[in-house]
Amino acid sequence: MTVLTTTKAPVTVAPARRRQPGRGNPRARRELLAGYGFLVPWLIGFFGLTLGPMVMSLYLSFTRYNIFTPPEFIGLANYVRMFTDDPVFIKSVKVTLTYVLAGTPLKLAAALGVALLLNYFTKGSGFFRSAFYAPSLIGASVSIAIVWRAMFGTDGPVDSALGLIGLDLGGWVGNVDLAIPMMICLTIWQFGAPMVIFLAGLQGIPQELYEAAEVDGASSLAKFRHVTLPMLSSVIFFNLLLETIHAFQVFGSAFIISNGSGSPGGMLNFMTLYMYKRGFADMQMGYAAAIAWVVLIFVAIVAALLFRSSKAWVHYAGETR
Amino acid sequence: MNATASSASAVPADSAATSVALTTTASNGVPAAPTTAAHPQPWAERLRRIGGPRRSPLAMIVWFVILLALTAVILYPLIWLAFATFKPSSEFGQNFSLIPWEATLDNFRKVLRGIAGVPLSRFFLNSLLVACLAVAGTLISASMAAYAFARIKFRGVGGLFTCMIGTLLLPFHVIIIPQYIMFNKMGLIDTYVPLVIGKFLACEAFFVFLMVQFIRNIPRDLDEAARIDGAGHPRIFLSVILPLLRPALITSAIFAFIWSWNDFLSPLIYLTSPERYTLPIALRLFNDATSTSDYGATVAASFAALIPVLLFFLFFQRFLIQGVATQGLKG
Repeated sequence: MTVLTTTKAPVTVAPARRRQPGRGNPRARRELLAGYGFLVPWLIGFFGLTLGPMVMSLYLSFTRYNIFTPPEFIGLANYVRMFTDDPVFIKSVKVTLTYVLAGTPLKLAAALGVALLLNYFTKGSGFFRSAFYAPSLIGASVSIAIVWRAMFGTDGPVDSALGLIGLDLGGWVGNVDLAIPMMICLTIWQFGAPMVIFLAGLQGIPQELYEAAEVDGASSLAKFRHVTLPMLSSVIFFNLLLETIHAFQVFGSAFIISNGSGSPGGMLNFMTLYMYKRGFADMQMGYAAAIAWVVLIFVAIVAALLFRSSKAWVHYAGETR
Repeated sequence: MNATASSASAVPADSAATSVALTTTASNGVPAAPTTAAHPQPWAERLRRIGGPRRSPLAMIVWFVILLALTAVILYPLIWLAFATFKPSSEFGQNFSLIPWEATLDNFRKVLRGIAGVPLSRFFLNSLLVACLAVAGTLISASMAAYAFARIKFRGVGGLFTCMIGTLLLPFHVIIIPQYIMFNKMGLIDTYVPLVIGKFLACEAFFVFLMVQFIRNIPRDLDEAARIDGAGHPRIFLSVILPLLRPALITSAIFAFIWSWNDFLSPLIYLTSPERYTLPIALRLFNDATSTSDYGATVAASFAALIPVLLFFLFFQRFLIQGVATQGLKG
């Protein structure tokens, strides 16, 4: 499988090594100057607004800091407190992980399912593709959070619709058991962006593969299992990685739906929300920085696990650039 | 974009076909082949299917109905919102149907009057200003960075490119506290600088990445021709690459606008006086202040805030969808 590469790749790599980037070579020096010249804004941004702050937040996470007096170094105390003496934090971890680990696969399953449906007839699917994509653009906005609260409120549309089929759950917004499912519905609702990526991937699968499978009498399910899934695995991996990282950062919708409190019962108190409250309401900047780093560590662990496992299930055979 | 390796596809076709052949079971679970017969099939049938997917009209109808139903469910919240803007506040909590009993424009009148003594138009203009700055900053800085990454070969470019991709995966929350402390020290709280400075410094890696992908697909012959004519990098960037980059620039501009328009966390942290609020923060104020007494106005304001995004979507959806699709294809 890995033997297969596009014929294009070597061509684009080749010019990189054509000239030795030596110091004496005036051409190389010009390139160096031009390269860093063009990168000046990005370099300032990268070091000044990304890498610098990252290092600083790591340092702050080992301090007690309220912004008015200088930070006081307290070692690992913030982290110790978090995991041994702060049930609100533990709860926020559970809530966040539930949301990420349940919501992301469901969202991607919806995205892939609808993409397959749209790919079935290529003609006439343009309208649906656009309609399904729209929620991805607005899903994280305050407006939609306000709408969502109305949708899932007591006697709101969802409650009424479920009542029709005999499920009387009441409002989801104030219900401890249904608050996370409500947020998961909100993320599934935004399946359009990964769906568009899946569609592009599906359209990149060479038709010959299906034809060959059909000659061998493969059923639809077998074709899906042995042609579509392997050919789509790199796209699935990409979507899984991005959507998981994205899910960890849920903030605005939970903030608006719970009026900034994370209620009911802390079920909407995602780690990001808790970080915000500690940092900007209680002015515990050191503790908030530590929470942010725990979020980062979680993201890194999930990403590492994904990359690790990808060797077993991601095939780059027919990579479509 | 669709540069599939056709030369290489013969090999996976073989291997896939053999693995399929080993596990063939005549299952009808997926509606993809309504006429699936158990293998072995007659030759005529096989040839017909190789000719291309031809589906029965019945399948077409079922497909259409399913998608239509899905569309209705997915767009329902938006339709609900549009209708709700005409409901008088007293109807909320009473009238659970889509259609208002007594349609009124009162909600919009109240919204226009604004909140905290600031008219809604002010929040719109604030949001517009921030979004336009974000677009300008993104286009300039991201296109420059993308040109360097895609076209200039210099020592260190590989490592820096990896760093750029890394920031694509970095959760924003990890840098928000130090950034706040920094901007606070510089006395920039309650200004728009913290909201837009990152856009002028290409901090949104998505756009850099999108443009790198695009530039890599522009034939190098054009650069070489310009170089032979004596053009340096600034000249090639401005007169060769930028004009050809237009589709990616449009896509980036629209996304930059919409993301800035919807952004909630940064304005929540940095803006303190109501007359500088952007729409999302104003909406939150509206929501907190009136959610019990005057829900109609909140709903109308929410709807108004979505209009620019929906308009962008209606007119530029092709660019948006293409942008998303290209991003994903790299993997």
